[in-house]
Amino acid sequence: MSWEFQDHLPIYAQLMDTLKRRIVTGRYLPGEKLPSVRELAAEAGINPNTVQRAFSELERDGLIYTQRATGKYVTENEADIKSAREALARTQVADFLRAMQSLGFSVGDVIVLLQSFKESEEEIKHADSGM
Amino acid sequence: MPILECNNLTKTYAGVTALDHIDLAIDPGRIVGLLGPNGSGKTTLIKLAAGLLQPTQGQILIDGKKPSPETNAVLSYLPERIALSQWMKVTQVLDFFCDFYKDFDRAAAEAMLAQLQIAPNQVLKQMSKGTKEKVQLILAMSRKAKLYLLDEPIGGVDPATRDYILHTILSNYNPEAAVIISTHLIGDVEQILDEVVFLSRGQIALHDSCEAIREQQGKSVDQLFREVFKCWEN
Repeated sequence: MSWEFQDHLPIYAQLMDTLKRRIVTGRYLPGEKLPSVRELAAEAGINPNTVQRAFSELERDGLIYTQRATGKYVTENEADIKSAREALARTQVADFLRAMQSLGFSVGDVIVLLQSFKESEEEIKHADSGM
Repeated sequence: MPILECNNLTKTYAGVTALDHIDLAIDPGRIVGLLGPNGSGKTTLIKLAAGLLQPTQGQILIDGKKPSPETNAVLSYLPERIALSQWMKVTQVLDFFCDFYKDFDRAAAEAMLAQLQIAPNQVLKQMSKGTKEKVQLILAMSRKAKLYLLDEPIGGVDPATRDYILHTILSNYNPEAAVIISTHLIGDVEQILDEVVFLSRGQIALHDSCEAIREQQGKSVDQLFREVFKCWEN
């Protein structure tokens, strides 16, 4: 996968987000060794101090840890990974709701909409399974 | 201590001011973009640091010392133009660098050349412009210097070569050394930079961290540059 960053937003935050996604989706497994700062900087084409900053913040969040002299690893604490995953989901939902609100939909409207969405998906599923 | 320091640095050429009372400090471990339109003083600043020009006023210090053979020994300078003898073979250029620079890592240079499938017996004259630029960059980056001065390393090369050059700068990153890259192709380099110095008519228009620009202004460095150096009013 190639790394894509938007130049008008802080790159460390975008990198943190990508690394978090890789951790919560299991692309980086619990206890797995992460690339070094220099490797990741060269691979992603970004500044090494930016990579260092993203690592430091992820370490502060408890998602990765440093083992002296050997490198950085994904946490083995599955509860921390799970809560990071939920936090990412909440951010997605908040972004979505903000977009819906700008279209004039209240949270209640959105729930009704989602409900009908769910029902129509279920209907399609039923139809596909030959009912 | 900063690796590069300018105090009240001024350079005039026959009455024309190229650098106008510059104060600047660059710390080790930083990758710095020296940005500005043509004629803003980028190359003059680099040449002063490399000891190729003398200040008219003020001073420039490399690792706390005035430019001299001693500071040149810790400074790797990539000139804007190809400055290697065209009749030389790659091996001869490598010999030459080994003779001239104690900190030249021949094995590292050979490994990078091999990666690009540049044969050691190839003569420079027979290479394309892009290949020569890659060779010259490999030579500059194969020194274990404290300060790298890269004058327009990505001007006039194709996008694949540009990516290779940026990749080479990043994979040779050393937290003890600073890299200064002059260019006007900001969008191409801004992701690898820590900080930027905007030069405008010989003066520093802005010196800031790239992440601070993105965070505080919600702009890319490229966008900010276009605003600072806007050539006309609507």
